[in-house]
Amino acid sequence: MTNMLKEFKQSIVVTIWFVFLTFPLMVVRVNTMDNIVEWRWMNLVWVAIFSFILSYAWRYMLARQQVKKKDAESDGDRHGKIQLLLEDMSFRYKAMVVLLLGALIFPLVFDTYQSTIMISALIYVVLGLGLNISVGLAGLLDLGYVAFFAVGAYSYALLNYHFDLGFWACLPVGGILGCLFGVILGFPILRLRGDYLAIVTLGFGMIVKVVLENWSEFSFGPSGIANIDKPGLFGIDMDLAGSTIYIYYIMVAMVVFTILITMRLRNSRIGRAWIALREDEIACVAMGIDMARTKLSAYALGAFWAGMVGVLFAAKTTFINPASFTFMESAIILSIVVLGGMGSILGVILGAFILILLPEYLRAFSEYRMLAFGAAMVLMMIFRPQGIISNIRQKYTYKGVKEETDNG
Amino acid sequence: MADKHKLLEVKGLTMDFGGLRAVDSVSLDVHEGEIAALIGPNGAGKTTFFNCVTGIYTPTKGDILLHPKGETTRRLNGLKPNKVTEMGLARTFQNIRLFPDMTVLENVMIGRHCRTKSGIFRSILRGKGVRQEEQQIVETSYELLQKVGLAEFANEFSKNLPYGAQRRLEIARAMATDPFLLLLDEPAAGMNPQETADLDQLICKISEEEKIAILLIEHDMKLVMNISDPIYVMEYGKKIAEGNPQQIKDNPKVIEAYLGEETDA
Repeated sequence: MTNMLKEFKQSIVVTIWFVFLTFPLMVVRVNTMDNIVEWRWMNLVWVAIFSFILSYAWRYMLARQQVKKKDAESDGDRHGKIQLLLEDMSFRYKAMVVLLLGALIFPLVFDTYQSTIMISALIYVVLGLGLNISVGLAGLLDLGYVAFFAVGAYSYALLNYHFDLGFWACLPVGGILGCLFGVILGFPILRLRGDYLAIVTLGFGMIVKVVLENWSEFSFGPSGIANIDKPGLFGIDMDLAGSTIYIYYIMVAMVVFTILITMRLRNSRIGRAWIALREDEIACVAMGIDMARTKLSAYALGAFWAGMVGVLFAAKTTFINPASFTFMESAIILSIVVLGGMGSILGVILGAFILILLPEYLRAFSEYRMLAFGAAMVLMMIFRPQGIISNIRQKYTYKGVKEETDNG
Repeated sequence: MADKHKLLEVKGLTMDFGGLRAVDSVSLDVHEGEIAALIGPNGAGKTTFFNCVTGIYTPTKGDILLHPKGETTRRLNGLKPNKVTEMGLARTFQNIRLFPDMTVLENVMIGRHCRTKSGIFRSILRGKGVRQEEQQIVETSYELLQKVGLAEFANEFSKNLPYGAQRRLEIARAMATDPFLLLLDEPAAGMNPQETADLDQLICKISEEEKIAILLIEHDMKLVMNISDPIYVMEYGKKIAEGNPQQIKDNPKVIEAYLGEETDA
């Protein structure tokens, strides 16, 4: 009770301070036309009310977080309700079926515009899941991830332009080229860690963009490549709505494919090695894990998804230029991974939907949408630094009795 | 002792960091079935010696030879740590280096990495062979946890374990790599007497039941004198004495290193 009183007092102090600070701005107004000073006292009341509510809510949330932390310390096994629900396998399967059905019906219920938005959200889901391999699992911070996305997109655009190759032929090519670039980037940075790694990857992202902008004979420079073929379906001609729905379904399939494979990788011998590398590099090496191979495979596999989805991106927009592959994109993809929860597949998917759909649907408040977006991210990191869904470790089943398999 | 098989042979190992000679031509042997100890005051170069042997540093001079039983001799100088581990030499760390956000069982499973072989594509396809291998890893790891007495914590995050248990988990993880020689870097550091006594038993058990030779760095003299033979003593990067516990206790150089020079009254 005393605590609440304290919070109350603190909030009042904050309110008074806020009122004082905003006084010249919100209350006083000099009307130069009539040469009078207007006193808008109502604004003062509003500022007071809002800042009080905000401050109180803020304090309340922080206090709650403290209590939770204490609980977690005293009892290591306690998870949130959502976390427990997610660990329940039968619920997970049911939820997956429902979600998949929803995803399949979506374009039939909603119009082309909604499907287009959904396609870009799904593209970011795949990008997030790809980056999740190198950042979330292997702990290799990558600020130039969009470079691999550009590699995929340009490989399709150029192959299509010069050799008239179709979407389906280019899809694996884009992925493999992405992989290759992942390895190329991977080699020089094998020894680097943390901040240094971030800077090098940032540079790599810049290099790719600058090359695409300036090497006009190769990439057609800033004017980009237009009239890229949309994905074909046995030569059937499709109108805009039809092909959007078609791309949407390809995208859903790709997301399912990505989830399946990243999930399998994560729970395999390779995935464990990645996580061990993230947790402690020296211990990881001392336990007999080949660091070079593990790092390269994480980069290559992460880049593979970006390359593949890059091909789809080029096919969807039918026009690409270097402006689509700025650092901002890398930052957004990284935010998806961090916001969703590093290493958590479901978290990354949710993160992608929130970060991509929220600004889309906030268009109504267009002036404030980046403000709301930024505020949401700041709040998120303060109150839930582990991301929306924190990493769930797999539970293994083992025979309780010591009877067989002695030293394999 | 001469008739026992020699597992690790270090000859004249020297390690320089710029102008500083951290380890100065130290020679040391570990035989089969031994629990050897390396002791010395702080900063004597014991951990540097370990890091050279396990491949974290490349020594400036000297030879590190590994003689696995029934196999050819291998020189470890300049090999990467993971190769050294693959050859059957595992270690623990002075300041615990577990994987905090992985479960206890997974920590041990990492140790099995170098003894298993499913690659990326096979892991994606997850055929029967891979699943069997996975299950095998889980079973072996769980058995190891039982051996060190941590089976009940198998699904806890390793960061939530009490300190002594974390030390034992490190040992279990090292054992999961199927070593024939285990290097323990101050396994009893920060432990209370009860935990130290348990550790004492565990180390003897590993040595006897698992037939793993052990080389340990330790400051806890009671533990060292109880279980290890021979004992090597280092000071200022040099080896100043070796022998059984009694010889070490009586060695004036060792007494001097630990208690300071005797002054004439």
